[in-house]
Amino acid sequence: MNEKKGIIIAGAVVGIISVLLVIFGNPVNMGFCIACFIRDIAGGIGMHRAPIVQYIRPEIIGLVLGAFIISMKSKEFQAKGGSSPFTRFVLGIGVMIGALMFLGCPLRMVLRLAGGDLNAILGIAGFVVGIFVGVYFLNKGFNLKRNYNLPKFEGYLFPIVNLGLFVLLLSGFSMLIFSEEGPGSMHAPIWIALFAGLIVGILAQKTRLCMVGGTRDMIMFKDSYLLSGFLAILIFAFIGNLILGYFNLGFAEQPVAHTDGLWNFLGMVLVGWGSVLLGGCPLRQLILAGEGNADSAVTVMGSLIGAAIAHNFGLASSPAGATTNGKVAVLICLVLVILISLANSEILISKKTLTKSRNN
Amino acid sequence: MEKIDTRGMSCPQPVLMTKNAIEEHPEGLDILVDNNTAKNNITRFLKNLGYNLEYKQESKDILIEARK
Repeated sequence: MNEKKGIIIAGAVVGIISVLLVIFGNPVNMGFCIACFIRDIAGGIGMHRAPIVQYIRPEIIGLVLGAFIISMKSKEFQAKGGSSPFTRFVLGIGVMIGALMFLGCPLRMVLRLAGGDLNAILGIAGFVVGIFVGVYFLNKGFNLKRNYNLPKFEGYLFPIVNLGLFVLLLSGFSMLIFSEEGPGSMHAPIWIALFAGLIVGILAQKTRLCMVGGTRDMIMFKDSYLLSGFLAILIFAFIGNLILGYFNLGFAEQPVAHTDGLWNFLGMVLVGWGSVLLGGCPLRQLILAGEGNADSAVTVMGSLIGAAIAHNFGLASSPAGATTNGKVAVLICLVLVILISLANSEILISKKTLTKSRNN
Repeated sequence: MEKIDTRGMSCPQPVLMTKNAIEEHPEGLDILVDNNTAKNNITRFLKNLGYNLEYKQESKDILIEARK
């Protein structure tokens, strides 16, 4: 029970910090959004040129460094990798494209609902359906094979890269691109954002908080541990929004959101399904990358590329709605995810061959 | 005693492998894990099923011994 108390407290703190970040300047219902912030970073370093979503988000850097510091302290840091890295990279792209169709990662999906954005309900419905499909493949033997121990430095590199990005941000390096209007221009002060990221990174590492894991474990093992963290974020962000007057119930005119229900749904099917195959939501991938998991670092890089593709090819939705290119891309990604699911489970290949390749 | 090796598998494979193995060998199971997340998840899962658990350090890994 104590363990559960821990994740509920962590979820509560994440929910409250998310609302506080809005006071400090982040877009409404976007105190935290892993997909949006990685997308902003992709823009900030010029990988895409969408003028309204370019910034180096210190929250992301804080999450990674927080997870790194605490895992070093608790001796849980382990440099590991080699579990189907390119498949993970591609899934990272797909999850990002799905998230930018909906306009938010699973964490922001919860924050949107907590702010009264009813479009998030369609997102959650899609997310849960995606998780169910992912779980179906897990039960059919889907896995991305083992990872292996790697030299420590392999694990240090991702936190080092993040630290480097933070130094660039502080130095005012003139090649970085910052939005002058739109969501990218709305941000909390650098040190507050970094600090918020550090706190959430530490809590998420300690409790293994994972937005996709909650529903997945409930379906597979009747285990409500991670789901209680998910619900705590929802409840405490909801209370925070009520107190601070950000709560605005309805479908229309929601901040950084659109009302195309079908595509909100399908975008999150892709996110839920892809995240189950990856073993964790985008937040969890960042935390794992911080504690030395090179496969998760590769997944985050996939998301970064996914964000660049999404904005360079006009796939990302906007408050005006989903784009045709975006719809085609989500469908293509769903086909890719089906292929990945089939190729790595025991549906097409006999159990014997799979076990054999696993042991080799 | 039946033994499974969950090292290097990402979430939720260690628990899933444990679940499948314990269904075949309800009398008990030895499970090798290489990280705390898997250890905690497997512990929670098996405690809910009423197993008694003991932990042994095996160089860098942990062996969980689950007995009815």
